[in-house]
Amino acid sequence: MSRSYTPKVVTANDLRLGDVVYLTQSGQWSRLHNDAALYSDEEQANAALGSAAAQSLIIVGAYLADAKAGLHGPEPVHFREVFRTRGPSNYAHGKQVDLQEPAKVA
Amino acid sequence: MYSYSDFDEGFVRTRVAQFTGQVARRLDGSLTEEEFRPLRLMNGLYLQLHAYMLRVAIPYGTLSPHQMRQLAMIAGTYDKGYGHFTTRQNIQFNWPKLPDVPAILGALADVEMHAIQTSGNCVRNVTADHFAGAAADEIEDPRPYAELLRQWSMDHPEFQFLPRKFKIAITGSPHDRAVTRAHDIGLRMVRNDAGIAGFEVIVGGGLGRTPMLGHVVRDFLPIADLLPYVEAVLSVYNILGRRDNKYKARIKITVHETGAQEITRMIEERFIETRAQFGGADQALLDDIRAAFAPPAFRNAGAETYDAAYAKDGAFRAWADTNLSQHRIDGYAIVTVSLKAHGDTPGDATGEQMRVLADLAEHYGHSDLRISHEQNVILPHVHKSDLPAVYAALQAVGLATANIGLLSDIIACPGMDYCSLATARSIPVAQELAMHFKALDLEHDIGPIKLKISGCINACGHHHVGHIGILGLDRAGVENYQITLGGDGSELAAIGEKIGPGFAYDQVTPAIERLLRAYLDVRLEAGETFINAYRRLGPVPFKAALYGEGDHSDAA
Repeated sequence: MSRSYTPKVVTANDLRLGDVVYLTQSGQWSRLHNDAALYSDEEQANAALGSAAAQSLIIVGAYLADAKAGLHGPEPVHFREVFRTRGPSNYAHGKQVDLQEPAKVA
Repeated sequence: MYSYSDFDEGFVRTRVAQFTGQVARRLDGSLTEEEFRPLRLMNGLYLQLHAYMLRVAIPYGTLSPHQMRQLAMIAGTYDKGYGHFTTRQNIQFNWPKLPDVPAILGALADVEMHAIQTSGNCVRNVTADHFAGAAADEIEDPRPYAELLRQWSMDHPEFQFLPRKFKIAITGSPHDRAVTRAHDIGLRMVRNDAGIAGFEVIVGGGLGRTPMLGHVVRDFLPIADLLPYVEAVLSVYNILGRRDNKYKARIKITVHETGAQEITRMIEERFIETRAQFGGADQALLDDIRAAFAPPAFRNAGAETYDAAYAKDGAFRAWADTNLSQHRIDGYAIVTVSLKAHGDTPGDATGEQMRVLADLAEHYGHSDLRISHEQNVILPHVHKSDLPAVYAALQAVGLATANIGLLSDIIACPGMDYCSLATARSIPVAQELAMHFKALDLEHDIGPIKLKISGCINACGHHHVGHIGILGLDRAGVENYQITLGGDGSELAAIGEKIGPGFAYDQVTPAIERLLRAYLDVRLEAGETFINAYRRLGPVPFKAALYGEGDHSDAA
């Protein structure tokens, strides 16, 4: 694999609620970015995305997002993905209040 | 206002039933997302950053109190207690759950509303002057024609799969409050030499990636020819429009590539055919529709309570000076209720606020409410004697901000706080600007100005036609904001000019302050507005204010 591959997590939205979810190492879906499996290998990332996309009764719109390893687990790299870990900035809505343990964000 | 016919009612109810089944089949796995996606979009249901979003059409921006209360009910029952009014006279609910959407659509159908054709490559919600039927300068109320176009375009079999989405705006006034020149078709009522009302037809305007002002293809279209002519425009576009490239698929590109003269010729040629196919049923229908838009029973009364409140209450006077517009009937005023309280989200209203607006419309406003493309709510017919009571009721729910037409009356799209297409945030930029200039106490000194913010190149925030436009972009993984100057959405329509490099998120407000302080320095007198100063002087002094002489270290 190319050494320049940026590590990825698999993320999607919950089919029923629309809430942002992340694929974990065990193949489950978590609301927390920190719980996501981090793929440094492109083939593994693509395979994980393929299996995730097949779970269409649980999630919608799966894709790979750049991420990096952090103290508490993978962290988002791009600001769009940071926003997805917490919700909008104009109201205390979404993950920033829905989660008892908010995702750590940069 | 117009009430659904049996056909409308049946059509909308059938759609709700169909979509109810489609959602059930998606949830049980009978439909894949690939199959379901176009079906949900046909019913206005998007998937955004944090949740689904339901976009509900408010045809030509007109709402009854009954409908407004139902929107409040939906906001409270199925969402987080508020709704977001958009630049296309829609309302968006940002947090619906997929299994609840059929019930929401059913609740909308109960009040003759729906979310059909608020997405997809079809004719979208027809928008209109939000002062329609009330404006002092109006030739004629354009809403009967907007309603005729709504009925004609709804589920029109020929125009469900156009090359791209298609937006029609209509105004009945010389002063263009509907941004007609930035629409796929803009219709402006005019009078011909004989004094007869008709339409100037403008085709090929649009903002987005390639902003263009529309071309006049007909100086004067008789009212009776409206539908066949619009159908001719759509028909020509449906054949010529590019389906090979999404970014070149809007009619503005078709007009640009074909040439305004040639496309006019083609439209006129097609019009001969379409006119022959319309047998007059549309005109009979129009007569019925007109009756539904008959003016309310205006009353005669003194305005002493208004005069007294205006004389003694400074806050009321400030609100009256900014938020009232001249009504065509003596003794009446048009009230623009600001959804731009400093620091709040432009265009958002809570369920409680919606209920108060519904009550006010019922008690004081001839049961008429409008949503403006500038993301405010209008009470179009309020007798002046009732204005102190209206103001007090608005004050009680945070809706009495006296800032219409001023700097903090900002259009802002949802941006990256909600929208999956956005490249940067809009809302917090608007919030900060409003708060900053309030703290400086400068906005009344600055005077009338249109500041518009979009969070991506699609330009839902109309930044191209802002006197000051702000466009949020993603530059190498960082939010960056381009500033355009000199845009105008009125009858003097102009596309703003990009002035220079963009600014980092935290540098936007300081940049706008420098810009506006420069304006205050160079204006001839307090009555010379920002846009007039810009037209007189061009970009040079403003560019210097934004970027200084050399150090662009803030700029990306």
